[in-house]
Amino acid sequence: MATDSKAKQASIDLETVRKTARLARLAVDEEHLASYQAHFERLLALVADVTEAPIDDVEPMAHPMDMAQRLRPDAVTEDDQRERLQASAPNAEDGFFLVPRVIE
Amino acid sequence: MLRESVTRLREGLRNKEYSARELVEASLARIDEQNGKLNALITVTPESALVAADAADRALAAGDAPDLCGIPLVHKDNFCTDGVLTTCGSRMLANFVPAYDATVTRNAASHGAITVGKANMDEFAMGSSSEHGHFGVVRNPWDHERVPGGSSGGSAAAVAAAMVPLATASDTGGSIRQPAAFCGITGMKPSYGRISRYGLVAYASSLDQAGVMGVSAEDCAYLLKAISGFDPLDSTSVQRPVEDYPAELEGALKGLKIGLPKPYWEGLESAVADAVQAQADELVKLGAELVEVEMPNASLAVSTYYLIAQAECSSNLSRYDGVRFGHRCEDPKDLQDLYRRSRGEGFCEETQRRILVGTFALSSGYIDAYYGKAMRARRLISDDFTAAFEHCDLMLSPTAPSAAFKIGEKETDPIAMYLADVNTVAVNLAGLPALSTPGPQVDGLPVGGQLIGPYFSESRLLMVAHQLQQATDWHLQVPEAAA
Repeated sequence: MATDSKAKQASIDLETVRKTARLARLAVDEEHLASYQAHFERLLALVADVTEAPIDDVEPMAHPMDMAQRLRPDAVTEDDQRERLQASAPNAEDGFFLVPRVIE
Repeated sequence: MLRESVTRLREGLRNKEYSARELVEASLARIDEQNGKLNALITVTPESALVAADAADRALAAGDAPDLCGIPLVHKDNFCTDGVLTTCGSRMLANFVPAYDATVTRNAASHGAITVGKANMDEFAMGSSSEHGHFGVVRNPWDHERVPGGSSGGSAAAVAAAMVPLATASDTGGSIRQPAAFCGITGMKPSYGRISRYGLVAYASSLDQAGVMGVSAEDCAYLLKAISGFDPLDSTSVQRPVEDYPAELEGALKGLKIGLPKPYWEGLESAVADAVQAQADELVKLGAELVEVEMPNASLAVSTYYLIAQAECSSNLSRYDGVRFGHRCEDPKDLQDLYRRSRGEGFCEETQRRILVGTFALSSGYIDAYYGKAMRARRLISDDFTAAFEHCDLMLSPTAPSAAFKIGEKETDPIAMYLADVNTVAVNLAGLPALSTPGPQVDGLPVGGQLIGPYFSESRLLMVAHQLQQATDWHLQVPEAAA
């Protein structure tokens, strides 16, 4: 379990949380930013048992089974469903997804 | 008839004691009566269900009815259903209507099962209480002031309240087993790769697995058989024949070695440990032998799980950009603003917490210390299981450290909620099959025992749970509020 010393090591400043929110493309207001910072500190203290474990010589495991990525024949398998798929789009017109102007 | 077993319902339908239409109408009436109280379902599909019921009756009359013909079920709302709202419990997907079926929903339908609704859940399957969904808190049929567990709380509550005999669900760190335990039903997460995940909305791809819920292991065996199998549409799907799970439930426990993983029995409520010990004692009476097994790296499991799951979730949920589908904010001033505000508005706080921590754990300068370290710890945790299964055929532990907790009790303390997943997360890290089966109750609340097996030992797990259920009546308790 987290100890005070670990909690100190895991100290994360507000700017780091703000930068992370920017990387994650998440709009977060100041009030939530502070609560997320507190959560970061507690969580990073919790995981110190893993981050501080002397296990650098262990082979990383990314996936539960050693599988090779399967390939399929390069053939058309699906019909065009553009209209049905675009029916869920927030804003689409003439088969295009509309977004705010990117180039002035 | 909604309290009857799938075996009995199959007979009843084939012997014309009742029609599929009557069964589906009974299910819809039950939903009508219970769902206002429990909030277990987000969507109910009476029209299409009755059309399917009439088709089932024709197949039954013609004598070519498939295995689950006419049996009503609900799908967790993270399985895509063609033409039917699929929300993942999120504002982000509150209006999302898929143009295709998940392989699971397609397989269930081709085996004759009839979808009557879509089950409520924690947003994007992130949570252990079904309190974190855009469509509101799900209530436990045993005590409406308590959570049903999560994230598949809607599926579990629907089965426990006899709205349906069967439900699909998904399990990334315990999301089938823990709600099954809290609601007093049987729930199984099979081996990674056993069931196709095509059309199952991704949370953490190296951990997510679809699975089944039902009153009994026997009921689960029918649904598992129907939805399992190789699928070319899922690159993690395993090419391995599906066993005839219902046909393999009759087995002997004599000589079977059941491991009790020591760390899994520590740090939990003693009444819960006693209840699961009673299950162990019953297994001994049936001829099994108990052995204690060491899991030296068990204490790393929660940390490892949350680092990996959140890293993968931050990557998977980056697809919600407010452009092609999903929520979009009002009047975005530019593309960045559109992304940021759409995501800020569309995701609940818990989802945002996980995306942020995951993004941090994968970000430049931190990835080796956090995500990299977690992948190394994952190997050790997986190796623990391999070593333990050299001394036993399967393992038994409490599914969760307590019975269902009160609504709101852990909502303000996400870390406390994470820590309560201590006995379920390691199974996903290793990709193993496991199920939860009800034990004797504690203070009127259900408690589950977790059986864990080696890869693709689904048959053995279901057989052992079935034999235990034949010898006891713990799985047949009915919540009074839903009686």
